[in-house]
Amino acid sequence: MSEIAIKDIIKTENLVYKKTKLMTDKPLSYCPGCGHGTAHRLIMEVIEELGKENDTIGIAPVGCSVLAYEFMNVDMQEAAHGRAPALATAIKRLWPDKVVFTYQGDGDLAAIGTAETIHACNRGEKIVIIFINNGIYGMTGGQMAPTTLVGMKTSTSPYGRDVSLMGNPLKITELVAQLPGTYFVSRQAVHTPSAVRKAKKAIRKAFQNQLDDAPGINFVEVVSNCNSGWKMTPVDSNIWMEENMFPYYPLGDIKVDGEIIK
Amino acid sequence: MGELRLMKGNEALAEAIIRAGADGYFGYPITPQSEVIEYLTAEKPQERTGMVVLQAESEVASINMLYGGGATGKKVVTSSSSPGISLMQEGLSYIAGAEIPVLVVNVVRGGPGLGDIQPAQSDYFQSTKGGGHGDYRLIVLAPSSVQEMSDFVPVAFDLAFKYRNPVMILSDGAIGQMMEKVELFDTIPRLTDEEVKERYPWATNGKPKGGERRIITSLDLDPAKMEEHNRHLQEKYRKIEENEVRYEEFQCDDAEYILVAYGSSARIAQKAIQLLREKGVKVGLLRLITLWPFPYKRIEELAAKGVKGFLAVEMSAGQMVEDVQLAVNGKVKVAHFGRLGGIVHSPEEVVEALEQKIIGE
Ligand SMILES: Cc1ncc(C[n+]2csc(CCOP(=O)(O)OP(=O)(O)O)c2C)c(N)n1
Ligand code: SF4
Repeated sequence: MSEIAIKDIIKTENLVYKKTKLMTDKPLSYCPGCGHGTAHRLIMEVIEELGKENDTIGIAPVGCSVLAYEFMNVDMQEAAHGRAPALATAIKRLWPDKVVFTYQGDGDLAAIGTAETIHACNRGEKIVIIFINNGIYGMTGGQMAPTTLVGMKTSTSPYGRDVSLMGNPLKITELVAQLPGTYFVSRQAVHTPSAVRKAKKAIRKAFQNQLDDAPGINFVEVVSNCNSGWKMTPVDSNIWMEENMFPYYPLGDIKVDGEIIK
Repeated sequence: MGELRLMKGNEALAEAIIRAGADGYFGYPITPQSEVIEYLTAEKPQERTGMVVLQAESEVASINMLYGGGATGKKVVTSSSSPGISLMQEGLSYIAGAEIPVLVVNVVRGGPGLGDIQPAQSDYFQSTKGGGHGDYRLIVLAPSSVQEMSDFVPVAFDLAFKYRNPVMILSDGAIGQMMEKVELFDTIPRLTDEEVKERYPWATNGKPKGGERRIITSLDLDPAKMEEHNRHLQEKYRKIEENEVRYEEFQCDDAEYILVAYGSSARIAQKAIQLLREKGVKVGLLRLITLWPFPYKRIEELAAKGVKGFLAVEMSAGQMVEDVQLAVNGKVKVAHFGRLGGIVHSPEEVVEALEQKIIGE
C-alpha cells in the first residue's frame, strides 16, 4: 500500500475504535497476553459511557492489579489484601449517590478476603465487584489459589493440586449467588472478541444496576489467563483456559434481577 | 452550661461521637466496650444527624471500613478492646501510611491473648510505638474520666484532620464501665458533601470536573520514593511532637517525688498523693493526656529541677515506665509499679511502692 493510501484511511470518519479517556496513557504493567488489561479497559469504557467519570470511586486490590489505580483514570483507593469490599461498603454508605466498585483477584477475593466478600454480598451492599479468576497467585510468582483446578501445577502444588491435601477449587461466584444480598451475578471471559463483547455487556449491566439503586451486589467474575504463572504462551494459555477452566467455571449469567437462572 | 447526664464512659463516648459530627461508626462487639455500638444503634443517629452506624463482620473489616470511608474525607470512627485492636493493626498501618484521618478507641482489657475483661493498661507499647508494621505513629489520647471520654472525641477528630493521621483514644475497662456525671457539648453539625470536597481536596470522593483524579495508597514500589514518603511522615511526627504534647500536673511545684500515670491509674495516683501528703511526703502527679507525643521535655525539666525520683504507675508490667526512663536519662531514680492482668491497684499499694522503691532506697 502506498503512503498516500494510508493517509487517506487515517481519518476521524474511519475510526472504528478509540481508547477511552478513562484509561491513562501509562503503559500497563501486566505481562503481554494477560487478561487484566482488557478487563480494566471494559470497566473504564462502561464508566465513561454511563457518564460517571466524576462520580466513581474504585478500589484496587493486592495482587497483579495492585497498580490498577495507575491505569484507571478515576478516583481510586488501594486496599489491603482482601479488604476491598470493606472499603467499598463504607464509601457507598457514606456517599450513596456515588458509583463504587472493587477489582479483585482470586487470592484477594476468595482466600484472604473471603469474609469481607461474603459479608458485603450478604448485606447487599449496593456496589459492583469485578472478580478476576486466573486460578493462581500471579503477583507473588504463581502459587496455588483457592480457585486452582484439581491436578493443576503451581509453585506450591508442584505435583498438581491434590484434593486430599489441598481441598477443592472454590466456586465462590456460585456461592455468593446463593445469598439474597446479591442482585446480579455473572461469569465472563475476555480472551476473544465475542467474549469481550459479552463481558462488557455484563459489566455494563452491573454498573447500570448500581445506578438504578438495585437492591444488592452486582458481581461479575472474569475467568482470565495468567500466561506467566501457568508457564504458557498467551495463545496456549487461552486454549488451556477454554479446555480446562471453562468446564469447571462455566461462562454466563448465574443470577439476574435477584433470581438464580442457572 | 451543656446538658448534664449520668452516664457510663462508653455511653458518653458514643453520645460524643454523634455530637462531634461524625459521619460513620463501624465496629464489632467486644467487652468491655460493647455499650458503644449498642448505644449508637439505639440512638438512631441516622435520624439525629445522618450518621451511618454499621456492625461489621470483624475488626479487620471495621478498620478497613474506616480506611475506605476516611479516604473520602468523612469523619469515621471505630471502637474495640484489646484483642480487636490487635486485629486492626494491618489496617492501621495502611491508614497511617496513606495518611487518612480516622479515630480508633481502645477500651483496654487484661491480656495477653483473650486475657480477661477487666481494666488494664497493657496496650501502651502497641498504641504508642506503632503497633503494626513500618515506621509510623498514632496520636494517642488517654481519658481519665467519663467527662474526658466525651470531651476527647472532638479533640481527636480535629487532630486527625489537622495532621491527616490516625488518632487513638486509649481508655480502659474502668473508665469505659464507670458511671459519672458528664457535661455534654452541643452538637457540631456534620459537614455537607460539598464542604467535605472543598476542605479535603486530597480525598477520593469523585474526580473533580476538569480536574485530576486522586489516589489513596500506601504503596510505592520505588524505594527512593518510599524513603521520601517516610521522611515526610517523620517530619509530620516531629511537628506533632512539638505542638501537641498534653499533660496535667497536680502538686508538682514543691514535689520531691513524682508519680507519672494516665487513665484509671492517674485517679488512683491522685488518692495516693493525698495519703502521702498526709504523711508529710512531698509528692506530685504528672498525668499524661497524650501518650504519644510523650512529654519527654517536661519530665526532663522536672528531673533537672531537683525531683528525687519518679514512680510510673500503670496497670501493666512496665511499659510507659520506659518512656519515663528515657526522659530522665539516668539522672534520678525511676521505678515502676502496677498490678497485672486486669487487677486494679489500690492507692495504698501505690503509697507502699513509692516508699519502698523510691524513697526507701
Ligand atoms: C496480608 C498479606 N498477605 C500476603 C500478601 C502477599 N500477596 C500479594 S498478592 C498475593 C496473591 C494475589 O493473587 P490474586 O489475588 O489471585 O491476584 P493475581 O496476582 O493473580 O492477579 C499475595 C499472597 C500481601 N500482600 N498481604
Ligand atoms: S503474572 Fe499472570 S496475572 Fe500477573 S500480569 Fe502476568 S499474566 Fe497477568
